[in-house]
Amino acid sequence: MQIYVCVKHVPDTAATITVVGEAGYNDTACKFIINPYDEYAVEEAVQRVEKAGSGEVVVVTVGPEAAVSTMRAAMAMGAHRGIHVKVEGQFLDSTLTSLALKAAIEQDGTPNIIFTGRNAVDTEGFQTQYRLAAAMNLPVVSEVVNLEINDGQAIVQREVGGGTRETLEMKLPCIIGATKGLNEPRYPKFPDIMKAKKKELKEIDFDQLGLDTSVDQTELLKLEAVPERSSAQIMQGSVREQVNELVRILTEKDKVL
Amino acid sequence: MAKIGVFIETDKDEVKKTNFGAITAALDGGKNEVVALLMGVDANSAQETLAAYGAQKIVQVTVDSADLTASPDLQARALADAIQHFALEGLIGLASARGRDVFARLSAFLNVTLASDCVGINFEDKTVRKSHFSGKTIATIKLNSDLLLCALRPNAIEAQKALADSQVESYAASVDAPGLVKVLEVKKGDTAKMDLTEADVIITGGRPIDAAENYKMLEECAELLGAAVGASRAAVDAGFAPHSMQVGQTGKTVSPRLYIGCGLSGSVQHFAGMKTSKVIVAINTDKDAPIFQKCDYGIIGDMFEVVPVLTEILREQTGQ
Repeated sequence: MQIYVCVKHVPDTAATITVVGEAGYNDTACKFIINPYDEYAVEEAVQRVEKAGSGEVVVVTVGPEAAVSTMRAAMAMGAHRGIHVKVEGQFLDSTLTSLALKAAIEQDGTPNIIFTGRNAVDTEGFQTQYRLAAAMNLPVVSEVVNLEINDGQAIVQREVGGGTRETLEMKLPCIIGATKGLNEPRYPKFPDIMKAKKKELKEIDFDQLGLDTSVDQTELLKLEAVPERSSAQIMQGSVREQVNELVRILTEKDKVL
Repeated sequence: MAKIGVFIETDKDEVKKTNFGAITAALDGGKNEVVALLMGVDANSAQETLAAYGAQKIVQVTVDSADLTASPDLQARALADAIQHFALEGLIGLASARGRDVFARLSAFLNVTLASDCVGINFEDKTVRKSHFSGKTIATIKLNSDLLLCALRPNAIEAQKALADSQVESYAASVDAPGLVKVLEVKKGDTAKMDLTEADVIITGGRPIDAAENYKMLEECAELLGAAVGASRAAVDAGFAPHSMQVGQTGKTVSPRLYIGCGLSGSVQHFAGMKTSKVIVAINTDKDAPIFQKCDYGIIGDMFEVVPVLTEILREQTGQ
């Protein structure tokens, strides 16, 4: 089984984001990690190949030079090699990202499955996997929590709110957007981390792909820090007095009860 | 005046009330004409509710010889056809699990830009506001396609009544290809439980809840509050609650008017999922818990003492 996993290099969710200028941020001040949802994607791909006893997991990343660390992290989890499409900056439009992923994958081989995360935690776009699917004319389901493969069919489950679960079916090759619940991503061990450093990593410049960049794109105009709430007003007195006061404030002042 | 469509989500043949805020957004203070698009339910039964918020046209979209609910691809293609038929300049919906999926399929199919999980729209300059970096920043994004596609965070825009004269119509969309993805089964969750992303009020239990059965205490209180019950990642990972109850990064993003967190430390990842709540209350035994630094009201105390008192007081007030 030939599996491609699309992985994004993103600032740590716990990192402080300092806005610089109109629409930039200080990316040298924060630690970067593999996009948390992409870990479920890598884990699932690696487990599939381990179970089958054959096949290959290829990590594909569209990202800046520094994204290599994220690709090595995915390789430490068990991916066999990587393809890095190099771009400047963090905010490449999702349509262009999907076209770059498509070109990189098609240059390399024929996928049976392409895994992605359900969304990237930096731009929170929820769409690259769908654009990739449309561009490659493949079926796609995202936010997948369970996957079974039988006779060239993928049977997947996703949650659609209120605890309701949908089971869907599609033919391979297909694209699967992974989310929490699909598996338990492994913590790579030291020897795996060392081994990952020697795995094959191919670099391609975005411009070398010869993509049509005249497609409709989104444009990031402005980035603003969201001010944190200030310290809470703490209730005083006995438990009953505190709760009474809280209920009074929520009812009379904030009118939310 | 622009003609804007709203993709109406239903649950058990009922219009979800989170749609009303999307209609309010689409109406843009009366500057736009709103066409509500429904699938799989009778438009007549929804007319009164949707017209009350300003929908002028209420359209039931069908496809001949196919069940639209059987394939999300088909739904997206039928919407694409309806957009063209009604000459819509934009389509607004909800960034619920279903909305995120349908809007992403639609935008990819039409090659049109999309912003999902938005908290504001400006129709004049075609910009939206949405979270970036787990709610730590808000981005203003320009959508450069002619057709404006935007899925809104449920409850982010407050619904306002705006009674409209309305017509009901049925439209049989033409869809030229079968869906690539087929729905085999839909297993309903516990019907007594309210969907977190839809809820106006949420009460969440963190790791100190200590056992699955202790959520009963929160459920009792939630019933009086008209609230849904949530859980933190730590509580889910400890096996006290299912993942469908998880709020935060790797869980649900919610925007209720009141969020009560019990035994939550206040991690960045949790706040990523509930930061846009209108009022946040924290109950925690640890006076130094980070949550007290970034919420509106706090009670320093044990949830097992505080929540039953809250339930009791609410019960006295409502006379139940």
